[in-house]
Amino acid sequence: MRSLLGLPARPASKAAEAPGHTGSRSTKLLGLALLAGVVALCLFAFVFSPPDSRTGPEGTPIGQFDAVRIMYVHVPSAVWGYVGFGICALGSAVYLLKRSAWWDRLAHAGAEIGVVFCGISILTGMIWGRPVWGTWWDWGDVRLVTTLMLSLVYLGYLAVRSLAAAPAARESRSAVLGIVGVVLIPIVNRSVDWWEDRTLHQKSTLEELRIEDLTLFTLVLGFLVGGLAFAWLLIHRFRVAWLDAEAENSEMLAAIEERRSEASTLNGTVAQEVAGTATEAEGTGTGAEGAGTGAEGAGTGATGATGREGTGATGRERQMEASRR
Amino acid sequence: MRSVLLIAAKDLRIELRSRVFLYQVIPFAITTLVLLGFALDADRAALRNFSSGLYWVTVMLAALLTAQRSVSLERSSGAADAIRLSGVAAAKIFAGKSLALFVYLIVLELLMVLGIVVLYDATLTDAGLAAATAVVATLGIAGAGTLYGVLAAGSGVGETLLPVLLLPVLAPVLISATRAFGDALGASSVNGWAWFGLVGLCSLLYMLLGGLSYGPILEADS
Repeated sequence: MRSLLGLPARPASKAAEAPGHTGSRSTKLLGLALLAGVVALCLFAFVFSPPDSRTGPEGTPIGQFDAVRIMYVHVPSAVWGYVGFGICALGSAVYLLKRSAWWDRLAHAGAEIGVVFCGISILTGMIWGRPVWGTWWDWGDVRLVTTLMLSLVYLGYLAVRSLAAAPAARESRSAVLGIVGVVLIPIVNRSVDWWEDRTLHQKSTLEELRIEDLTLFTLVLGFLVGGLAFAWLLIHRFRVAWLDAEAENSEMLAAIEERRSEASTLNGTVAQEVAGTATEAEGTGTGAEGAGTGAEGAGTGATGATGREGTGATGRERQMEASRR
Repeated sequence: MRSVLLIAAKDLRIELRSRVFLYQVIPFAITTLVLLGFALDADRAALRNFSSGLYWVTVMLAALLTAQRSVSLERSSGAADAIRLSGVAAAKIFAGKSLALFVYLIVLELLMVLGIVVLYDATLTDAGLAAATAVVATLGIAGAGTLYGVLAAGSGVGETLLPVLLLPVLAPVLISATRAFGDALGASSVNGWAWFGLVGLCSLLYMLLGGLSYGPILEADS
């Protein structure tokens, strides 16, 4: 591709180097679009869109007034949170089928971003519930409770991911958790319809088309900005997970290499010591034999043998000491 | 099917010989029932109203202990490796271990029903619904407990990890079994059989997913 564009070939060493950051031109553009989107959403949510000032048949106010503006963050963050968990389940399933590290990293990134978005959704839901329902938390509201449980399931997933274990074992275990956890998503999603008597939550706002004009536009904008934020975070988290795994592998390889070099140095030292001792032993033995040959035959021969044995024993001791070291 | 029964019988036999279930799990469940009674200020009416919820919370806490025990026993003696090497399919191992856990829990639940009748003054108005809910919910708890038990034990921090993983996953079973049991005990006016349907759906999913994913978990441990 570089040659097609007339660019010089990238040096091999640079190509092999791992990037030191997770940014790229496309993520920078995505980040800029996200920033612009956040500014636009703030303007539409707080300035242009009207407060919910509906009135009942007798003219009594039934709207939520300014509290309705929380919806522009609350609803999109809940939906994108579910998307994150869906990506986690998909990545986990494909990982178990193909054993592909790419899908595993995607599942990890999806779970983490899903937990963040679900957390935002729960927090904004509580802030919204206080003025509208008159309570921060309602145990009878099935969607609220099950969304919290869903977040806890994926927090468990992240706990397993953070454990020190062999990468393959960790990936398999977390993949199973990612798949089982997704069972809760349809239950959470349909809970409002199934248990109408047990929820304070309204039914799907978009399905019933109870909002229109600027309110509807701002909600759609909220979904778009939420999607941009989701994509930007997902790409970065994916790259962080990838670099993390690379760093873990390279650290492991460096540690193995270090141990190998230590072992070869030690072997070299031992070999030198053994060779030196053997030479010394030969010298001592020859001298004794020479002395014995020149003077008294049998007796000196015995001395020579004793000398060799003694030196040989010293060499073995040194070898043992070196191996102990 | 024979290998499933063999594995279940092996687990049950170990339990009968060690008597941990008898001397530790059952007393734990009774203690929990008593403590929950104290926590609600021994208010008889409140205890009667909340007896179904307190019952299922106690069952789940006892299930945590039993699931952990079922896995740790095998790992410490190396039996898990022996079963893996025996050539039995992972799904059958899962079914056998779930069956054993199911039997322990059903025995415990029978005793616990006596416990809530005596201690909380609960009355069984629909025994059929209560029995059906107990059987189906226990299947789900046993399936999820077996899967998550082996998963957590392999991580080396099973004691702390298992509750974190298992309890949120069992939340739908807890919610729906409590509602169905509430109807069976005459403590609430909901349609218990509708909630029973949800218990059945969750249990079916846990058993299916457990059977499918037990193999990869065993592979990860080896």
